[in-house]
Amino acid sequence: MSILLIIKIVIILIIFIITLVAAMYSTYMERKVAAGIQDRIGPDRAGPWGIFQPLADGGKMFFKEDFIPGKSEKWLFILAPGLAMFTACMTGAIIPWGGTLTLFGETFNLQIANIDIGILYIMGFVSIGVYGIMIGGWASNNKYSLYGAVRASSQMISYELAMGLAILAVVMTTGSLNLGDIVEAQKGGQWNVFYQPLAFLLFIVCAFAECNRAPFDMAECESELIGGYHTEYSSMKLGFFLFAEYINMFISSAVISVLFFGGYNFPFMHDLGLSANAITFIGVAVFFAKILFFIFFFMWVRWTLPRFRYDQLMQLGWKALIPLAIINLMVTGGWLMFKDDLWAMISKMF
Amino acid sequence: MKSLSNRSIEVSNKKMTFMERIYLPAVIGGLFITLKHLFMKGATIKYPEQTRPVSDVYRGKHVLKRDEKGAERCTACGLCAVACPAEAITMTSAERKKGEEGLYREEKYATVYEINMLRCIFCGLCEEACPKEAIFLTTEIMPANFERQDFIYGKDRLVEPIDKRVDVSNRQTIEVVTQKFND
Repeated sequence: MSILLIIKIVIILIIFIITLVAAMYSTYMERKVAAGIQDRIGPDRAGPWGIFQPLADGGKMFFKEDFIPGKSEKWLFILAPGLAMFTACMTGAIIPWGGTLTLFGETFNLQIANIDIGILYIMGFVSIGVYGIMIGGWASNNKYSLYGAVRASSQMISYELAMGLAILAVVMTTGSLNLGDIVEAQKGGQWNVFYQPLAFLLFIVCAFAECNRAPFDMAECESELIGGYHTEYSSMKLGFFLFAEYINMFISSAVISVLFFGGYNFPFMHDLGLSANAITFIGVAVFFAKILFFIFFFMWVRWTLPRFRYDQLMQLGWKALIPLAIINLMVTGGWLMFKDDLWAMISKMF
Repeated sequence: MKSLSNRSIEVSNKKMTFMERIYLPAVIGGLFITLKHLFMKGATIKYPEQTRPVSDVYRGKHVLKRDEKGAERCTACGLCAVACPAEAITMTSAERKKGEEGLYREEKYATVYEINMLRCIFCGLCEEACPKEAIFLTTEIMPANFERQDFIYGKDRLVEPIDKRVDVSNRQTIEVVTQKFND
């Protein structure tokens, strides 16, 4: 029991650090990708190829004046960035980062908590995630912040529906809400993306919206709202908001990989004749490679597409994504129910 | 009415086709355009290490030339100050004393010669006005500074160092030089 506890604490620490470092270097990667797409070079002054740029940015944030507007709700104003950061970090707890590892005669999962309602937990925390933005925008006592906050919350509500319905299709095919089970069910190249391409498309569009990333970054919307909900924030409070966005992106990429791209599974993983621990380590590396690709995809899309207009965003959410998700759900349900009859019918015909 | 230039395009308000309305083909097309740019060479010139090539007659920081023996050419006639449209040049003159022939070429010289670089518009009229071929603009780019006072360049920063001559031969055509010295 005590070994298990120690191992879990170590895993928690490692995952926490990896999450923070990944988010930190996502900012660097974002700047480099943006620069590359715009035919520029990007940060290259701090260290070789500018790899210390995130440290310099973070240091700068610490030394900025920490300003609290006079007419703001002081405690809520301080609470909001912490809340955003907290909810962003919490979702990492149930991602299955790797298979099982056997160390010191003890076998354990590379997962902090293997809970049965994994996906519900994620959806729950994603919904709480908007509270940080909403409270921050409201407590600032600034109309642009409030606009940003209102936009963010209505956007979250609209896109969570389609997202939930898209996930439901995956849950139906797997028959479990447990993320570990969902990953195990995708062993042997049977990735969900091949069985549920529409659900994947809907999910990734909704993930962009839930992360408040371009082309759905209505909550920030520099050109209209001067930064939206974080207009009044400065110093490390602003840093927390921006950082939470990158953590959310990291976690979303992880969830996309888990749900649709087989998580830590990789093709031919049991045909190579490797030991179980080696397979687990390669699996973790493969998982992070998938996450990295999706983070890159997030950035790629951001620097390609212009921002949606707000009414277009709502139209896309309510009039396109939700009906499509419902149709997808019904087709999946019908297929699951009648597939045996269908096979029987087809085999009888030939 | 038909346009005369034949360049006008009829505005159409046609309904989008299904493929256009689902937006995805356009999105994927856009993604490939940006991906292509990711592998293109950037247009950046890393300034302090690399500099953009400038023309030989680029008008940058000024220099007060010395003659072949190292004496200052400027005689403080004030023609550059008069020619200057931005009123950037001021000077005070003095008479050359005995024994200073090696320092100043003519009997009169400038004790103080100041160019306010914040006023200067780098038009090159001082260069054109100078009858003694003393002041030239160089290809050196004016550096930035923190204090206004530091933008006022005195003789310490304008006169060319005796051991580090500034080459201005590219900006002097033979015709101009002979004409100036014949006048």
